[in-house]
Amino acid sequence: MKAFEYASPRTEREVLELLSADRGHTEILAGGTDLIGLMKKMIVKPDRVVSLNRVDSLKTIDANSTAVHVGAMVTLEDLADNPICEFYPAIRQAIGEMASQQLRAQGTVGGELCQRPRCWFFRDKRGLLAERGRAVEEGDNRFHAIFGNRGLAKFSAPSRLAPALIALDARVRILGPNPGDETLMPLEVFYRTPKSEREREHTLEPNQFVSQVILPHPEGRVSASYEVRHGMGPEYPLVAAAASVLVTGGIVREARIALGQVAPTPWISREAIDAIVGLPINYETAEAAGQAAVSVASPLSHNEYKVQLAKVAVKRALLKAAGLETGGLS
Amino acid sequence: MVRKTHVATTINGEPVEFLCEARQSLLEVLRETLGLTGSKEGCNNGNCGACTVLLDGQPVDSCLVLAVEVEGAQITTIEGLSKDSRLHPIQQCFLEDAALQCGICTPGFIMSAKALLDRDPNPSEHAIRFQLAGNLCRCTGYDKIIRAVQDSAKRMAGQNK
Ligand SMILES: Cc1cc2nc3c(=O)[nH]c(=O)nc-3n(C[C@H](O)[C@H](O)[C@H](O)COP(=O)(O)OP(=O)(O)OC[C@H]3O[C@@H](n4cnc5c(N)ncnc54)[C@H](O)[C@@H]3O)c2cc1C
Ligand code: FES
Ligand code: FES
Repeated sequence: MKAFEYASPRTEREVLELLSADRGHTEILAGGTDLIGLMKKMIVKPDRVVSLNRVDSLKTIDANSTAVHVGAMVTLEDLADNPICEFYPAIRQAIGEMASQQLRAQGTVGGELCQRPRCWFFRDKRGLLAERGRAVEEGDNRFHAIFGNRGLAKFSAPSRLAPALIALDARVRILGPNPGDETLMPLEVFYRTPKSEREREHTLEPNQFVSQVILPHPEGRVSASYEVRHGMGPEYPLVAAAASVLVTGGIVREARIALGQVAPTPWISREAIDAIVGLPINYETAEAAGQAAVSVASPLSHNEYKVQLAKVAVKRALLKAAGLETGGLS
Repeated sequence: MVRKTHVATTINGEPVEFLCEARQSLLEVLRETLGLTGSKEGCNNGNCGACTVLLDGQPVDSCLVLAVEVEGAQITTIEGLSKDSRLHPIQQCFLEDAALQCGICTPGFIMSAKALLDRDPNPSEHAIRFQLAGNLCRCTGYDKIIRAVQDSAKRMAGQNK
């Protein structure tokens, strides 16, 4: 690991004062489960690491009548254990799938949402876009994107929490660049597909950070996450989907459906949403929504199998949200 | 001359102070600076759990924790489990159930098992397998480890009566 200066601010204002406007100079440290590995491999080489671990204001979960505010430094374990998750089963299920006590106790909400892609070309120091997309196109792309992959970026968004939070219509609170600056944005707007190596997978400037996730009251919506995994270990799912639906009189009035591990950003499926709204959730309609979701897929040379998995994940997330048998393992 | 930071922390109930570089992991400092070589280095990247210690009661991979971050923390390592030269019940059960061969994974498994049993004194077999999935063993095939954790749960329940 390259030597760096370590800073451990106590307040959000001090964090902003320590972050540099130049990309690459400073990195934010949360639980460290992703960042420390990236630094050991010299994929990121900051001059200064700004730890959020002593900023107590980032560690709280507060609920009022309209929303729940989850601090960025709340650990995944503490979030899943919190009684508010009764109202957001998609969150508890997404975290519950992470089979490592250590990573759940150490990993934080902010770090989980901002973790870097697992793309092996990126992790092999060949860049986020992996040689302007060529390495992925010509190489082993079995875990790469099947949607939104026509530009240079072809990695798949790694967060397991993001699809659930997007389905639940969460927003993020972003602080900076200057003390007092604050932006609230829907989580799906926070992510963007980078077009050059200078861009990241999200819209944060290097001197901004995520301070909170804000969950609207579910107002009767039911939700679920469904992951298709290769095995039971602390591995990433191959594909994941989350759904949040408002059902009255047996008919879906509103739906939000998001997929993970399938595109360079968490992927909202408009097609699946349009296919299910106005209908009851049953095996046939859920399957049709899955089919609609993958109607716009553009798999690469080695990941056609993910199209089928995405279809199944959408179907099962909807069935699970409705409390029906999914036909899967969980 | 590399700048070192002074860190004051508590390890296995004893106050400890050390100097470290910002880039050193807690695992490195435990093993190389403090001579606490019970915690093992397997992968050094969060995959194997051989380096698991309890940080403020929570199981963490110490290879992914910066040593400078533990200022003021309470750390428990495998060296802290036995009391008055008597093994902790989990250690004793690992021995009796032959839940180890080369032993590299054992300290991490025992710390993880301790974290699990502290939270859930009577876990199902499924829960044990799931919660310990962040610990890898290349020798035993896991079944004996699971049995040792089940036996530990029984023994600890007996002791707490
Ligand atoms: C072996 C192994 C297996 C893993 N398996 C999984 C898995 O199955 N699923 C999964 O989702 N993850 C997995 N991870 C990745 C990682 O552990 C988690 O994603 C974790 O939740 C990241 O959180 P953290 O707090 O440790 O983040 P850190 O490592 O501290 O940070 C991650 C990134 O986010 C940035 N960041 C952190 N907080 C903020 C903030 N508040 N604002 C802006 N930027 C911020 C950091 O600068 C860094 O770039 C795995 C990691 C390892 C080592
Ligand atoms: S050495 Fe830390 S997890 Fe393997
Ligand atoms: S006993 Fe050898 S790795 Fe587990």
